[in-house]
Amino acid sequence: MSTSKPSITFSRRDFMRTSSLASGGILIGFNLFTACKPEAKPPVDLASLNYNDFNAFIKIADNGAVTIFSPNPEIGQGVKTSMPMLIAEELDVSWDKVLVEQGVLDTNNYTRQVAGGSQSIRFGWEPLRQTGATARQMLVNAAAARWGVDPSECSTSEGVITNGAGETLGYGDVVKDAAGMEVPDKVKLKKKSEYKIIGKDTWNVDLDKIITGQPLFGLDYKKEGMLIASVIRPPAFGQKLDSYDESAAKQIEGVLDVVPFGDKIAVLAKDTWTAMKGKKALDVSWKDDSKLESTADHDRILTGLLDGKEFQTLRADGDVKKAFASADKVLERTYESPFLPHNCLEPMNFYADVRSDKIHLVGPIQTPERTAQEIAEKLGRNPDEIHLEMTRMGGGFGRRLYGDFAMEAAEISSKAGKPVKVVFSREDDMAAGIYRPAIKYRIKAAVKDGEVTAYHLKEASVNSNMYGLIPNFFPAGAIENYQVDVAKHDSNITTGAWRAPYTNFLAFAEQSFFDELAEMMEVDRVQLRLDLLQNVKGTTDERIQYSPERMEEVIKTAVEKSGWGNQPDGVYQGFVNYYCHNSHVAEVANVEIEDGMPVVKKITCVVDCGIVVNPLGAMNQIEGGVIDGVGHAMYGDFAFEKGVPQSGNFDSYRLIRINEAPEVEVHLMENDFSPTGLGEPTLPPAGGAVANALKAATGKRLYKQPFTKYPELLTVPEKEIIG
Amino acid sequence: MPTYQIKVNGTSRSVNVSEDTPLLWILRDHLDLVGAKYGCGIAQCGACTVHLDGQAVRSCVLTAAQVENKEITTIEGLSKDGSHPVQQAWKEVDVPQCGYCQAGQIMTAAAFLEKNPNPESQDIKSAMQGNLCRCASYSRIYKAVEKAASNMS
Ligand code: FES
Ligand code: FES
Repeated sequence: MSTSKPSITFSRRDFMRTSSLASGGILIGFNLFTACKPEAKPPVDLASLNYNDFNAFIKIADNGAVTIFSPNPEIGQGVKTSMPMLIAEELDVSWDKVLVEQGVLDTNNYTRQVAGGSQSIRFGWEPLRQTGATARQMLVNAAAARWGVDPSECSTSEGVITNGAGETLGYGDVVKDAAGMEVPDKVKLKKKSEYKIIGKDTWNVDLDKIITGQPLFGLDYKKEGMLIASVIRPPAFGQKLDSYDESAAKQIEGVLDVVPFGDKIAVLAKDTWTAMKGKKALDVSWKDDSKLESTADHDRILTGLLDGKEFQTLRADGDVKKAFASADKVLERTYESPFLPHNCLEPMNFYADVRSDKIHLVGPIQTPERTAQEIAEKLGRNPDEIHLEMTRMGGGFGRRLYGDFAMEAAEISSKAGKPVKVVFSREDDMAAGIYRPAIKYRIKAAVKDGEVTAYHLKEASVNSNMYGLIPNFFPAGAIENYQVDVAKHDSNITTGAWRAPYTNFLAFAEQSFFDELAEMMEVDRVQLRLDLLQNVKGTTDERIQYSPERMEEVIKTAVEKSGWGNQPDGVYQGFVNYYCHNSHVAEVANVEIEDGMPVVKKITCVVDCGIVVNPLGAMNQIEGGVIDGVGHAMYGDFAFEKGVPQSGNFDSYRLIRINEAPEVEVHLMENDFSPTGLGEPTLPPAGGAVANALKAATGKRLYKQPFTKYPELLTVPEKEIIG
Repeated sequence: MPTYQIKVNGTSRSVNVSEDTPLLWILRDHLDLVGAKYGCGIAQCGACTVHLDGQAVRSCVLTAAQVENKEITTIEGLSKDGSHPVQQAWKEVDVPQCGYCQAGQIMTAAAFLEKNPNPESQDIKSAMQGNLCRCASYSRIYKAVEKAASNMS
C-alpha cells in the first residue's frame, strides 16, 4: 500500500532568483518544480519579465508590503487564495498585508500551470512553503549581517525581524541587502503547531471585486479596437460546411465582417448583440460528413460492448471466472449514464490579437501552456511570440482544459487581421461541448460461504475509458479475484474530462452495487465495506492507492456524525464511501417524504484530504461538490438525435437550484498528512448516497441517471419499505 | 440606430443601439458596466439581474425602449463601496466560488429583502430559485441572505 506523495527534488539555488526593483523593493522569482535553465537571468523588473524561467513571484516593497503573484489559474476552487497562503505562512508575514495577483504568465518553460485533477495544492504544498521559507531566510540573513550577529540569533514574526538584543528591522528595511544575498540551500520549515495562516479560515482574495461587479472574467475583458466574434458551427456532430450566403447578415447594421474558417463562420461586430444577430442571419447549408449518431444508437452500442468479448483488461487478480463458477450466489447489475455538458456559467470566450510580430491571447483557460503551443503550431508561429494572460474563470469543471475556443479566436484574428474576442452564446456553449461521455458499467460479484470472492467490473464508454489509477481504487486489493475490463465506441461527438472524470459516475455504480450486495448477503451494508477494507490492510501491492486505515476512519466518523442506524422515523438514509483524487470521503444522504415524494434533505460528508490549508475555502468546495453531485445525478441529461444535441439552454437542460439543494454537513478529518484534492472528490459519492437513500425510502433501486427521468422509480409505496 | 436615454445608477446616459438590443448588452458593451453577467439570455439563470425601479429583473430580456425613463440599478450602483448589507453578508459568509453568478444573486437578494425584511426559510429559497449557481454555492447563498436579513433588521 502506498499513499502516493509527489516526490520533488530540486535545489533552491536553481529555482529561485532575486533582483532589486527599479521601483524599490525586491522581486523573488521562483519556479515550482523545474530548476531554472542554466542560462536564465534574474528578472530586472516586473515590466521586462518574460516569465520564461519563473512561474511565480514574491514582491516585497520598501515599505514591507508583500505581493504574491499566484501561478495557477483560478476556476473557483480557491487556489488563488490557498497557494499564496502557503508562501505567506513560511515567509512569516501577516496575511492582511499580503496582496495576491494572478500571475500574468507566458507559457513556455514551466510545469503544471494547470487547474485540473484537484492537484494544485497537492503539488504546491512542498515547493511553495520552501519558497516562502527561503525568502524569509534571506531577509533574516540580511538583517543579521547588518547587525553583525549570527542569523540563528534572529527570529521573525509578521514581517519583522528581531535579534537577541531585542532590536528590530522590518522586511522592507532589508530588502535591498537581501536582493544581493546568496540563496540559502537549506531552510527549516515550520511545524504544524507553529502555523499562523495554514489551517485558518481565509477569505477569497477576489471577494471585494466579485461583490462589487468589477471586471475579472474573460467575458469582461475589453481592449481598444476589439471586435466580438459570434461563430456558427456545424449543428450536428458529423456534419461540415457546404455553402453559405452572408448577404442577410451583412445587411445588419453594425456587422463588420464575415470570416469563414474551416467548417465554421464568424460574424464580427463591435458589440456582442449585433454579432449574435449577424450569426443568426447567416444562411448556411451543411452536409453530412460522417455518421450522425443518436442516443438510441449509443444505448445499443454500449450494451453490445458489455455483452461482447472485446475488452482491454486494466487489472486482473486471481481468476474471476473460476470464482463465479464455484459461487453460492452471484449478483450482476448494469448502470447507465448520459453525456453531460459542463455548462460553466460563464460561456466559453477568448481574446486574440494575432499580428505579424506577436500574438496576444487573453481569457479563461485551464491549460495556458498547451493552448499556446497548439495555437503556435496551427498558425505556424514560434511559441515565443505568444503572450497569454489568464483571467478569472466563471467555472471550469474540465471544460476549460480544452483550448478550442482560444484556437477559434486566434484563427479568426489571424484571418481578419483584427483583435477579436470569440463569445459563445449559451446555445453555442452547450452545442459545441466536449462532453462527459455516456458510459455503462456492468458489475458482477460472487459470494461463497458468506465472503465476496470475486468482483468483475466492465466499462463501455464513448471515445475513451477510465485511465491511470482508477482500476486500483477500492475494492481493488480487497477481493481475491478482481478484474477491470474496458471497451469503447469511437464517436465523432467530442468528449473529455468533466469534474472527477469517470469516478463521477463509477462511484454511483459501485456504491449502489455494494448496497445491493449487502442486501443479497443479508449483512450490514456498512459492515460489509469495513470487512472488505480489512483485507487490504498490510497489502504489499504498490498499485493500491487508497489507505484502508484512512477509509475506515472516515466511514466510522460518518456513521457517528450522521446518526447512521439511529435515524428518526421518516428519515431514510443511504451510505457511501469513496476514494478518488487522493482523498477519502464518506457520505450519508437523508431522504424524507414530502407530499408523497422522496426529497433529499441532507448530506453528511466526511472528508480526509490531509492538512486543510484554508478550511473556509475547503468547506465551500466540499458543499459545492456534494450539491453538484446530487444535482447531476438527479437532473443532468443530455441526448443526441442524428448528431444534434437535444438541449440548448437552461430551459431544456436542468441544473439543480437552491430550493432543491440539500443541507450539507461537513466534517474534516484532522491529521498531519500532506494536503490532497478537494475540488472533485466529494462529487462522485453524492449520487450513490442519494440512490441508496432513495432505495431505503421507496424500495426501488435506481440504475440509471438522471433519477428524475424515471419518475416511476421515485414513488413511495403505500406501505413504506424500510431499507 | 435610434438613441435611448438610459438612467443607470443615478446618471442619465444616451446610447445608440438597435431597438432589439437587450439592456444586458447595453450595460456591458455600451456603458462599460460588466457587473451584470450573461449566462443564458432567456431569463433562466439570473446572472444578469439588475433593479428596475427597485424590482429585480432579468436584463437579458428587456430592451432599451422598455427601460427608458426608469431607474436602473446595477451591482456597481448598489452601493458606492460594497457596503450594502447584502454585499457585506456575502463577504462575511465568503459565498463565491468562481464568483460569476454572484452579482446576480446579490441583486436578487437585495430587492427581495427590501420587500421582505424578515423572511422565512421557504421565502428565501423561493426568492432565490431563479438564480443558478453552477458551482452550487447554495448553502452559503442561503446563509448570506439570512445574515443580511438579520443585519438589516
Ligand atoms: S442571462 Fe439573463 S437570466 Fe440568464
Ligand atoms: S459561484 Fe460559480 S456560478 Fe455561482
